[in-house]
Amino acid sequence: MVDYVRQLPGHEAGLGRGSRAAAGPRFDVPLLVLLLALTGYGLVVLYSAADGDMGAVMRQARYFVLGFLVMLVAAQFPLVRYQRWSPWVYLGGLLLLFGVMFFGVGAKGAQRWLDLGGFRFQPSEIMKLLVPMTVAWYLADRVLPPRLPYLLVCFGLIALPAALILQQPDLGTALLIAASGLFVVFMAGMGWRYIFGAVALALASAWPMWTFVLKDYQRQRILTLLNPESDKLGAGWNIIQSKTAIGSGGWSGKGWLEGTQSHLDFLPESHTDFIIAVLAEEFGLRGVVLLLALYLLILLRGFWIGLNAQSTYGRILAGSLTLTFFVYIFVNMGMVSGLLPVVGVPLPLVSAGGTSVVTLLAGFGLLMAVAAEQRVIGQ
Amino acid sequence: MAQTITLKDTRRELRIYGGRTAVAVLAVLVALFLVFLRYFNLQVTGYETYRTQSERNRVQLQALPPKRGLIYDRHGALLAANQPSHILSLVRERVPDLEGTLSALGELVTVDEDDLEAFRRRLGQRRPYEPVPLRFRLTEEERARLAVNRHRLPGVVVDAQLMRHYPQGDLFTHAIGYVGRINEREAARLDASDYRGTFHIGKTGIERRYEDTLHGEVGYQNVETNAHGRVLRILDRFDPEPGQDLVLNLDSTLQRVATEALGDQRGAVVAMDPATGGVLALVSTPVFDGNLFVNGISSRDYSALRDSPDVPLFNRAVQGQYPPGSTIKPLMGVAGLESGLVTPESTVPDPGWYRLPGDTRRYRDWILRIRGTGHAPEVDLHMALAESCDVYFYDLARRLTVDRMHEYLAPFGLGARTGIDTTNERPGVLPSSDWKRKTLGQPWYPGETLSVGIGQGYMLATPVQLAAATAAIANRGVFHVPKLVRRIGGDAVAPAPARVIEAAPETWDAIHEGMRAVVHGERGTAKIIARGLQYQMAGKTGTAQVIGIAQGEVYDEDEIAERHRNHGLFVAFAPLEAPTIAVAVIVENGGGSTAASPIAREVIDAWLLRGTLADG
Repeated sequence: MVDYVRQLPGHEAGLGRGSRAAAGPRFDVPLLVLLLALTGYGLVVLYSAADGDMGAVMRQARYFVLGFLVMLVAAQFPLVRYQRWSPWVYLGGLLLLFGVMFFGVGAKGAQRWLDLGGFRFQPSEIMKLLVPMTVAWYLADRVLPPRLPYLLVCFGLIALPAALILQQPDLGTALLIAASGLFVVFMAGMGWRYIFGAVALALASAWPMWTFVLKDYQRQRILTLLNPESDKLGAGWNIIQSKTAIGSGGWSGKGWLEGTQSHLDFLPESHTDFIIAVLAEEFGLRGVVLLLALYLLILLRGFWIGLNAQSTYGRILAGSLTLTFFVYIFVNMGMVSGLLPVVGVPLPLVSAGGTSVVTLLAGFGLLMAVAAEQRVIGQ
Repeated sequence: MAQTITLKDTRRELRIYGGRTAVAVLAVLVALFLVFLRYFNLQVTGYETYRTQSERNRVQLQALPPKRGLIYDRHGALLAANQPSHILSLVRERVPDLEGTLSALGELVTVDEDDLEAFRRRLGQRRPYEPVPLRFRLTEEERARLAVNRHRLPGVVVDAQLMRHYPQGDLFTHAIGYVGRINEREAARLDASDYRGTFHIGKTGIERRYEDTLHGEVGYQNVETNAHGRVLRILDRFDPEPGQDLVLNLDSTLQRVATEALGDQRGAVVAMDPATGGVLALVSTPVFDGNLFVNGISSRDYSALRDSPDVPLFNRAVQGQYPPGSTIKPLMGVAGLESGLVTPESTVPDPGWYRLPGDTRRYRDWILRIRGTGHAPEVDLHMALAESCDVYFYDLARRLTVDRMHEYLAPFGLGARTGIDTTNERPGVLPSSDWKRKTLGQPWYPGETLSVGIGQGYMLATPVQLAAATAAIANRGVFHVPKLVRRIGGDAVAPAPARVIEAAPETWDAIHEGMRAVVHGERGTAKIIARGLQYQMAGKTGTAQVIGIAQGEVYDEDEIAERHRNHGLFVAFAPLEAPTIAVAVIVENGGGSTAASPIAREVIDAWLLRGTLADG
């Protein structure tokens, strides 16, 4: 093909222009608008959470710009290319995770990063996309709903990276990765009997998990969740303070930059994982509802894209990415308000941080790539 | 059998996918509604509760540590002060990069290994939002450097706090003790609310004995703070009640004179006012600086103090138990006269040695080595005291027996703690046959009685005991418990009720006269200090054997290692007619009493002639 094109130079331009014109710019306008609104809202909250530090806001804005660029670029590739490359990149990702295990560097007792000559890279982050992509690749060519042997292979594909990340230890990321893979299987139509069977198995294994698998800090987190008052100044401090911040916001909030909990430094991690508490304290329940509405619209748009996807791969991937995004929201808002254990999941596209923003927006890029290849209506 | 080949059925897949999406959307809606309910529950239903809590969060009850009472000498010279000290602390939670911050701080202020080690130890014990001290006593320059660099050192806090300071350095450390940081054991024992905000506690001496008085009562204030305890606004305040000041009986001049007189010798001086029991000087050498201990002594300094062969941490004045030697002879004299076994006129033949009836062993008098004979053919009490005749007291001891000796000497405070108001006082040993049976499980041998009669053998006494006993002699039998503290706050300390040792006036006259002759007599054992003496002094020399001298062996000072040389002792009071000072001096390995008696004279001179000295 390449040779052919070279022999016919006049054709090259025409072919390129023609195909691009036919496909049009590959991005989903409603999704883009919603994401811009969400990130804008996030920056406003961050300005307050960072105590009016414009530098922090600008840094986050730069991450957003980078993320949106990654998203728009990612949206341009045909899905089939992602599908073809998924397993190979997945294998590479696994190797990197093993690399972290042996050569990784860490902080606060966790070993999560690879040090690439001054540049720190967290392989578990890209696995958040690679796991659902690979499971989707594996299932796309099979007869759906998948039969048990295929399901078991899928669980293997999910469990291996999840286990590697869990031992880093990074419970939050392991959970998100496991969820993203399982969502693919779920959207592919895994039988309900398997689902209920797995749930029953999970419940039955709760006790041995508690006794033998969970680490002390994880058990402590769970115990703290159940009774945060037990250690007011220690483990329970964060939750008590964040609940106080949220509750004291009331319906209309204390006003932007007026939150006492966050500005008097009572609130821990106020610009990262616990930023929702700042939002709730300053903008009140009204602000929370606005945020939930934005999230819901994004989720619905994601499901819509999945329903209209042309290929099986795109379809189940879109469903999984959307559900994973939902898990971020649910776990974060749940943990900060004391519903769920604190597992270190950021509030997507609002919490400060570069890596998660880029990964999340890259995921939306994939979603847009799916959106660009829609089924003909009525097929 | 034909294999069943299942073909991909896109229609079915789409139907299933649609169903799954419906379930997912439903789940999402339910979950987000749950989240909404949770926030509604917190923000609407629980609003009042959380608003109150958030208000309380900002308002914090904060302890105000009381100002520790000051300690003065009898003339108002400050011995223990409170000095503002700046502490550099780190709030772990606010420090993004601990190691980076520590090394950055290392460039701004001096942080040595000990500081770091202590810091890391404390770091484990504190909560992440509590400041953990890294360096104490920042200099002005260091504070300025920190202030300039403050913006790039988040979580680094500099606080001012009143800290104990001993302006006289090492001069009074043994006399008044020192404070140190509250350790875990003390923290468990203390009333937590009383000591909130207080980091130091008396560790030894007066600082410890009078801890309750010096500490004061904690105060509180309601402050608006941020989570790190940084005070933004004071709302209301209950002032702490400062600890009471102590005025001691100690006299700085006397303390200095005694310390300088001891010089680099190891020893102790205790001076008392016989009329009240007030301790005028309490010196133990070598000295050390109590300021070292206030904020945790560095391990290098501490091991230097601990491992020094001179054991400077040992307070010889109250902890040092020495054989009192001949310094107990005046007490023996009282016992002899009061028991009727001797009279001022009765005599004992003195060939220079003494032999128990039916025994061949000769108990030698110290004079034998010098003169080759006794003090005189017949020795009376006056001579026995003046010349420190051993034979006279061997004879008296034998006739008195050890148990009656115990009976007569115990009222002078030997063998039991005097009850001086400091810490770590040791009781010494006033032996008796009972005592020996109980502690050693052995019967008493008659020969041992002779040794005890001249203050050797099992007998041990502390310098403060000797000073108290001497004061009681000076007082003609009124025994006062030695007292360091004279006034607490504005009030004079009521002295412990005096104990009266009943004895005939003639007994006291005879003993005083004998002790006068020790100093002023022609052959007095302390006559070397009589030259130029402007008042009448009564004293008694003593020599305490450090190693046993075998029968027939001759003690040669030069050949014996310094550490094996005898301890020199001297007790004295003056002026004879109306004593105002009683002194006990011990010089470890001083060789003999001549090492001790000049020190006593210097101290008494300083006390009695202070007006004259000031004029001159």
